[in-house]
Amino acid sequence: MQNDSFIEFKRVSFGYGDRLILQDISLKIDRGQLVAIMGGSGSGKTTLLRLISGQIRAQEGQVLVDGRDVGRMNQRELYQHRRRMGMLFQFGALFTDLPVFDNVAFPIREHTSLSPQMVRDLVLMKLHAVGLRGTEALMPAELSGGMARRIALARAIALDPQIMLYDEPFTGLDPISLATIALLIKKLSDALGTSAVMVTHDVHKSLEIVDYVYFIAGGKIAAAGTPDEVRASDSPWVHQFIHGEADGPVHFAYPAQQSLAGSFGLEGA
Amino acid sequence: MKRSIIDLWVGIFVAIGLASVTFLALKVANLTPQGDNNSYTLIAEFDNIGGLKVKAPVKSSGVVVGRVSNIELDTQRYVARATLTLNDQFHFSRDTSAEILTAGLLGEQYVGLVQGGEEENLKPGDRVQLTSSALVLEQLIGKFMTSFAEGNNKAAAADAAAAETAP
Amino acid sequence: MMLDNLLAPLRHLGHSTINAIWKLGMMSRFLLAILAHSGQSLLRFQLTIREVYFAGVLSLIIIVVSGLFVGMVLGLQGYNTLSRFGSADALGALVALSLLRELGPVLAALLFASRSGSAMTAEIGLMKATEQLEAMSVMAVDPVARVVAPRFWAGVISMPILAALFNVMGIFGGYLVGVVMIGLDEGTFWSQMQNNVDLHFDVINGLIKSLFFGIAVTLIAVFEGFDATPTAAGVSSATTRTVVTSALVILALDFVLTAFMF
Repeated sequence: MQNDSFIEFKRVSFGYGDRLILQDISLKIDRGQLVAIMGGSGSGKTTLLRLISGQIRAQEGQVLVDGRDVGRMNQRELYQHRRRMGMLFQFGALFTDLPVFDNVAFPIREHTSLSPQMVRDLVLMKLHAVGLRGTEALMPAELSGGMARRIALARAIALDPQIMLYDEPFTGLDPISLATIALLIKKLSDALGTSAVMVTHDVHKSLEIVDYVYFIAGGKIAAAGTPDEVRASDSPWVHQFIHGEADGPVHFAYPAQQSLAGSFGLEGA
Repeated sequence: MKRSIIDLWVGIFVAIGLASVTFLALKVANLTPQGDNNSYTLIAEFDNIGGLKVKAPVKSSGVVVGRVSNIELDTQRYVARATLTLNDQFHFSRDTSAEILTAGLLGEQYVGLVQGGEEENLKPGDRVQLTSSALVLEQLIGKFMTSFAEGNNKAAAADAAAAETAP
Repeated sequence: MMLDNLLAPLRHLGHSTINAIWKLGMMSRFLLAILAHSGQSLLRFQLTIREVYFAGVLSLIIIVVSGLFVGMVLGLQGYNTLSRFGSADALGALVALSLLRELGPVLAALLFASRSGSAMTAEIGLMKATEQLEAMSVMAVDPVARVVAPRFWAGVISMPILAALFNVMGIFGGYLVGVVMIGLDEGTFWSQMQNNVDLHFDVINGLIKSLFFGIAVTLIAVFEGFDATPTAAGVSSATTRTVVTSALVILALDFVLTAFMF
């Protein structure tokens, strides 16, 4: 199992300017595994996904996908790498000027030269997989949030990717849509055997479907384990996160430079 | 929006563009000859070109046959040298004369060509031998004034002579 | 403190100069990137045709109406002035020359910038704000090739067509006022025009001008959209910048081109 890691971070650091977002991260994701990365808002989870997709490059360390360093790929290699990859964006990022059909057909048309009939069949198949066949002619503006997310999922899996990246797939959905998306993610991972990384802060739903969890806090991996291990964890940080407590090891207040009295000019008065 | 409708509209759009350019070329600009292969040049030298400008028309019997494409001063002989670019379909004999004329009393100036009688035509780059300069209004008035004054003087002299001989 | 206040305007000036130069450099690089990634928009011409529809066809009405009115105003004012000098016959030449050389290309470009340029900026900016450009790039499709280049070429194609149409409509407007309304002789109107307008010198140079304007306006529009801060406020200020910068660039460029051409 150790040798079969598909995505591997080796002592990766990344920051904008001198503000470090990720520090010395090492983690492994096995082939066919569905892994969740959890952490508070602004903890660098999304940055992690962007490192895998090659949208940004690590300043230190290596991001290996299938044994190749994403940070060292040139533009052509990067695009080849991305063709094997699907990504579900936080708000779907559907092309608002194209109807559903063309949205799902987009990657197929861009990267293959299949006949229109084949494209049609493929698109209908993918739409069927997310349970939204019959919506081909709708425009993204006519879809509900949950439907848009599912269409975006259909688009992400259009070319049967080997890697799926999910960026906050559960944000802003009602419980039913949320359950549907979670089910779809699980089903697709099992059916297609893709390695998937899911960035989320929805603890309970994710723990139900994933194989492994990494917790990130302050740019570092704070904890890791299978869902059962995590639930049983006695780390105060993990406990706070899983149970959603306002104060704990993570403080409620932003660490301001000045005291409140200082801000009001009352200090020393 | 259906692709075929977009195609149709873009087609109409491009057709409008082509039609506009054609209209501008034919109806507005009248497709005058420019220094390309269907035109040739002649040289004409004038003592004074008055207000003649580059691009002024060259006319023969009032019909535009070309344009003045260049004007320069010959620094050896101090005459103005005008280059006339003429349409290839118009040819002029070797004794053609060129004069600078004015359209109307205060209108723009143009070059008028008057066909001569010789058999042989001017070849591209040849010099028009017979030229007459522009009428410059000030000089014209000046001449008129002097001749008028001279006429007066003569008349006065004659009167004086007549007066002398009379007694 | 005192010195600081005195130096503030200078520092401000330095800052804006550096910004302007930086932006100019970025824009040049962006233009090169567009040209380098134009293969797709020219091979899959359908992409560009679609954008010609949005940039060009949808600008037809504003161009036709504005051209007509500008020509009519030129006809009226030109007639008033020319008739004082007894040369109302030259009205055709006046209308045609002012339109072909200056007003047509410049006004059509200004209208194009505010009608289509701003729309392009808003569209691309919004695509950026809603992560559509990023999604495209993650799907291994270059947004510059797929989104920016077709719009750029559509603008470059549309601008001369719109300017030519503006000229035709303007001349027609001048004709309406001069010949139909005031009653100048129709033959004189056209022959004065034909005698004074040169195909190469006036018509072609005017169209070359509009081609330059098309490149400048569209480049500014797509650049501002691509460079927009991905928020609602960012997109709206980018749209404003497109219109303002385009207007200034059109007028400055017009001066430079006129100095070279005429």
